Amino acid sequence: MKLFLKGGRVIDPSQNIDSELDILIDNGKIVQLTCDHTAVTPSDVEIVDVSPMIIVPGLIDIHTHLREPGHEYKETVHTGSEAAVAGGFTSIACMPNTDPVNDNRSVTEYILKQARLAGMANVYPVAAISKGSAGKILTEFGDLKDAGAVAFSDDGRPVMNSRVMRSALEYAYSFDMPVISHCEDLTLSEGGVMNEGVVSTELGLKGIPAIAEDIMVQRDITLAAYTGTAVHIAHVSTDGAVHAIREAKKRGIRVTAETAPHYFTLTDDSLREFSSFMKVYPPLRGAQDVQSVKEGLRDGTIDAIASDHAPHSSIEKDIEFDFAASGINGLETSLALSLQLVRDNVLSINQLIEKMSVNPAKILNLSKGTLAPGSDADITVIDPSLTWTVNADHFRSKSRNTPFNTWVLQGKAVMTIVEGRITFTNR
Amino acid sequence: MKLAKKDILGIKDLSREEITLILDIADSFREVSTRKIKKVPTLRGKTVINFFVEASTRTRTSFEIAGKRLSADTVNITASSSSMVKGETLTDTAKTLEAMNPDIIVIRHTAAGAPHMLARLVKQSIINAGDGAHEHPTQALLDMQTIRNHKGTLEGLKIAIIGDISHSRVARSNILGLTLMGAHVTVCGPAMMLPRGIDKMGVGVTHQIEEAIRNADIVMMLRIQLERQNENLFPSSREYANYFCLNSRNIRLAKPDVLIMHPGPINRGVEIAPEIADGVQSLILDQVTNGVAVRMALLYLLAGGEE
Repeated sequence: MKLFLKGGRVIDPSQNIDSELDILIDNGKIVQLTCDHTAVTPSDVEIVDVSPMIIVPGLIDIHTHLREPGHEYKETVHTGSEAAVAGGFTSIACMPNTDPVNDNRSVTEYILKQARLAGMANVYPVAAISKGSAGKILTEFGDLKDAGAVAFSDDGRPVMNSRVMRSALEYAYSFDMPVISHCEDLTLSEGGVMNEGVVSTELGLKGIPAIAEDIMVQRDITLAAYTGTAVHIAHVSTDGAVHAIREAKKRGIRVTAETAPHYFTLTDDSLREFSSFMKVYPPLRGAQDVQSVKEGLRDGTIDAIASDHAPHSSIEKDIEFDFAASGINGLETSLALSLQLVRDNVLSINQLIEKMSVNPAKILNLSKGTLAPGSDADITVIDPSLTWTVNADHFRSKSRNTPFNTWVLQGKAVMTIVEGRITFTNR
Repeated sequence: MKLAKKDILGIKDLSREEITLILDIADSFREVSTRKIKKVPTLRGKTVINFFVEASTRTRTSFEIAGKRLSADTVNITASSSSMVKGETLTDTAKTLEAMNPDIIVIRHTAAGAPHMLARLVKQSIINAGDGAHEHPTQALLDMQTIRNHKGTLEGLKIAIIGDISHSRVARSNILGLTLMGAHVTVCGPAMMLPRGIDKMGVGVTHQIEEAIRNADIVMMLRIQLERQNENLFPSSREYANYFCLNSRNIRLAKPDVLIMHPGPINRGVEIAPEIADGVQSLILDQVTNGVAVRMALLYLLAGGEE
């Protein structure tokens, strides 16, 4: 069946397009963008009137946790994919900290199989850098790449040993694969549960200093420069990290970076009620850090916005703050929180789509993030003015751990099309 | 006289007037503990649960005695937080306790914010008896009562708090309370023991004990936890004592009528020299005595405040 999206404002930064165009889709591919409303007749296509919505290349979340295999009570590939398309994401890259860790072909293939069965979003597994993410012995990069992994990362359990990280970057270079680094000096962050600063001092909670992130960002930039491998810095949260990445880019080092909506939306002030929904690694930082992250988004230092979707159940969250798991459920709020950057004049809508679709595709070497004829028909239809109230009980995700529950947000994906199929619509 | 509060979670939530009210009531309860028959019927028929998820001797005993002297039925529960992690959650324990219909639950917990969580979960009044490194409001109240009884006021006093501020809930609650009541507080310790941004809490900061003590009306020493040596908080107790111990030499820098306090238990010869701890200017045992009175006052006020 052909699909004809009619009357929308098409924004495709990959082709420098921002105008009213209709899109013809056939056999999962984009056939043409046209301003001729009479290009098709109703007999052979399904015509969808998408005026006055914004039509963009399908959003890509470069950093998601799907929890399967191992923690299916928190999320499965299926529920995570449903949450993804409900949030406007046509593609998601899932981190390897499952149980077992995605450190071998069989886990990667299992995730891909579950994703196919779910049939909702494209799922791209990120495989572990080291076996068991223990930071000691490298995984089989070649075999994992052949199995479908798109990048390597020991997210959540950063490689502390610089020699191992050097080897990982060198080996990834051999396969032209990016390495995603969760930058945290564990010796500095050990025992910490929130950002170190005035608020942690007042609350008596053990702090994680910004320098724990800054130091590892500096190390990995140094290693990226030395090895020539593309390093992608995950969830940037500090002023120091933004500065280091900006300098590295000026020097031509192959480094890219992402941040997550909570790092430009919330500060550590939000922890005063000891809500474990505010507990996340890296931790919510201070106002200066938030400002720097926004500045980094504005000037291109930060290439991508990722949800860092980290579902946890009430078992991990409804306990003492010190003991609670860290992580924020993000897939279904990420777009609306990011659209606020457009209203606040931090980003243009074009820049936002770059950071949520075009750039993530580039970083992961995916042939996505574009509406060019011939490419996969991955499309997100956004109603930028729709005002809605976050209700975690209505999440497609299995978990409810959002600090944004009851927030009134503006802007929402109203239709998500994955390879020509409408996998989500709330119209 | 009533306190319009369900819980006492921290000094942070109290106003000057509320602190004054609590201290006034505590003063009136001090007398009960000096009677031959140390019991009044005020809380007869009320149940107080002392729920201690962290080891404590003096605070738990103090709360138990406070409850008993008011004729409340007091029940002590101890649990280790590690066993709670593996077994029943705080939420489930809270609901279980709530179902037994006590009137007040006193909680001590290793995790900051645990009393706040409990307060959200149950309808009973909660008293924070110390949560992690966050707050220890009853300790600060008994300290303030002790100072007030000896100095007449808290306003304008120069008070030094010396030791491991980072890990001290006593320090945090006292900083909040004393500065609110108009005292000038200086904190002192090696930089590793002073948390970042502590000056934003309205205190002076110094790393020299002499500077902290100079002209002080009150010197409050904090217990050094010797095991923190392993975290490089200080190199050795010998070195710590050389530079941060209150002794008969450096105490001379304080006002002649300086008074010495310590929440206990003390490490003799580490943070406080024995002759200072036992000296005439030491209020350490007064603090303990006042602890019972302050806790009686809080139990009384939270239970409704009617005679």
